Amino acid sequence: MSNIPSELRYATSHEWVRNEGNGIVTVGITEHAQDLLGDMVFVELPEVGDSVSTGDDVAVAESVKAASDIYAPVTGEVVEVNEDLEDSPELVNSDAFGDGWLFKLKIEDEGELDSLLDAEGYANSIDED
Amino acid sequence: MTNKTVLHAKHIEAGAKMVDFHGWEMPINYGSQIEEHHAVRKDAGMFDVSHMTIVDVKGTDAQAFLRRLVINDVAKLDVAGKALYTGMCNHEGGVIDDLIVYFFTDTDYRLVVNSATREKDLAWIAEQSAAFDVTVTERPEFAMIAVQGPQAKAKVATLLSAQQIAAVEGMKPFFSAQAGDLFIATTGYTGENGYEIALPAEQAADLWQKLLDAGVKPCGLGARDTLRLEAGMNLYGLDMDESVSPLAANMAWTISWEPEDRNFNGREVLAAQRAAGDQPKLVGLVLEEKGVLRTGLKVVTEEGEGIITSGTFSPTLGHSIAMARVPRSVKLGTTVEVEMRKKLVKVQVIKPSFVRNGEKVF
Repeated sequence: MSNIPSELRYATSHEWVRNEGNGIVTVGITEHAQDLLGDMVFVELPEVGDSVSTGDDVAVAESVKAASDIYAPVTGEVVEVNEDLEDSPELVNSDAFGDGWLFKLKIEDEGELDSLLDAEGYANSIDED
Repeated sequence: MTNKTVLHAKHIEAGAKMVDFHGWEMPINYGSQIEEHHAVRKDAGMFDVSHMTIVDVKGTDAQAFLRRLVINDVAKLDVAGKALYTGMCNHEGGVIDDLIVYFFTDTDYRLVVNSATREKDLAWIAEQSAAFDVTVTERPEFAMIAVQGPQAKAKVATLLSAQQIAAVEGMKPFFSAQAGDLFIATTGYTGENGYEIALPAEQAADLWQKLLDAGVKPCGLGARDTLRLEAGMNLYGLDMDESVSPLAANMAWTISWEPEDRNFNGREVLAAQRAAGDQPKLVGLVLEEKGVLRTGLKVVTEEGEGIITSGTFSPTLGHSIAMARVPRSVKLGTTVEVEMRKKLVKVQVIKPSFVRNGEKVF
């Protein structure tokens, strides 16, 4: 069973969301997702300033095995992207919930966070896969 | 039913992620396939290839039979232990499998064929051998470990007896020698130096452990695929199959047209294709920008469309490479386009060979 931190929120499409306060959230993909994809070779990120809506495909994680779309888990504006992934996409593999984060959003409606899964809900969702 | 090799427990012990590979439960990686890839390019790695099928062909007609069965000419082999890469075609000139033939004497050969094609290969070999005085014997009692990389031979040598070292000393590429219980060949599927070692199954776990202790890194099918693709080596089922001519699969060099009276299976069809010059060809593609070329993607050229037969990210080069079947008139050195994620990207056409002995070769 892969690691699923209890302080994060999750989308069924395997993104995690960390509430940083002041309406800012950090987004990445889960340990489980990186394990399914295998060694990451390119990560294509959105541009700072992009407005994204829940469910938009906003990034691409490309591994040796497959290219996988990453969806915006909530609506908001991109305020920062993880530039380290340009040279070190493997951070997504080695530290999916930490240094392998993808981008930060200024969330439009913080209430939207409540509609995401909690750790238990996400654990159940991947059991069903 | 899933088959397991005799090394299955060793893979689990090493933390392998196991996958189904044509009915065999095999390691895809032991953590990071990219690290495994680099280990083979820079040091030494090992693969469990015990799922591959070893077939011994012996008897008065062994040479005559193989001169019919495979498209290369085994009569060219005159030094005991010499190995030959070639294809086995049906009467329509399609590739049933690619294989290595090891020559011992004119009445004694060993074939190593793919596991994915084992059943049809054995059926075809049995059918084709009926008219010849030969015995065909599968050798499932052997396991096989490929040890590959610039340090592979030196690391294996630390485990060999003085007599075994003498048996393999100075062995050129594509040779083999029986050294005690080990059948050691200087063949492989990575573009690096190294050995493929066949041995009695009951000794395999012990050799695997000794290789581990000697610092040889276990590598899975993931790394095996990126290594073979960098080396420009075909994978049966992707780069060719029974619907594909060897002329369209970069295997023309494995056909011996001389002597003209050697009637190998598929000869008539292949000779006509060769005369017509209308078969597509297998080329290499290089994408230097971001993105990964994948099997099945369409190739767009001024000469017509083609298709990527196998593509991957090249860990050695840091960008994507692929093999593609395109119209014969597409020239090496030109730029063509590949349709990727709904847009066209430019790729360079080269000979299908990207990395040899750790170095870029284009």
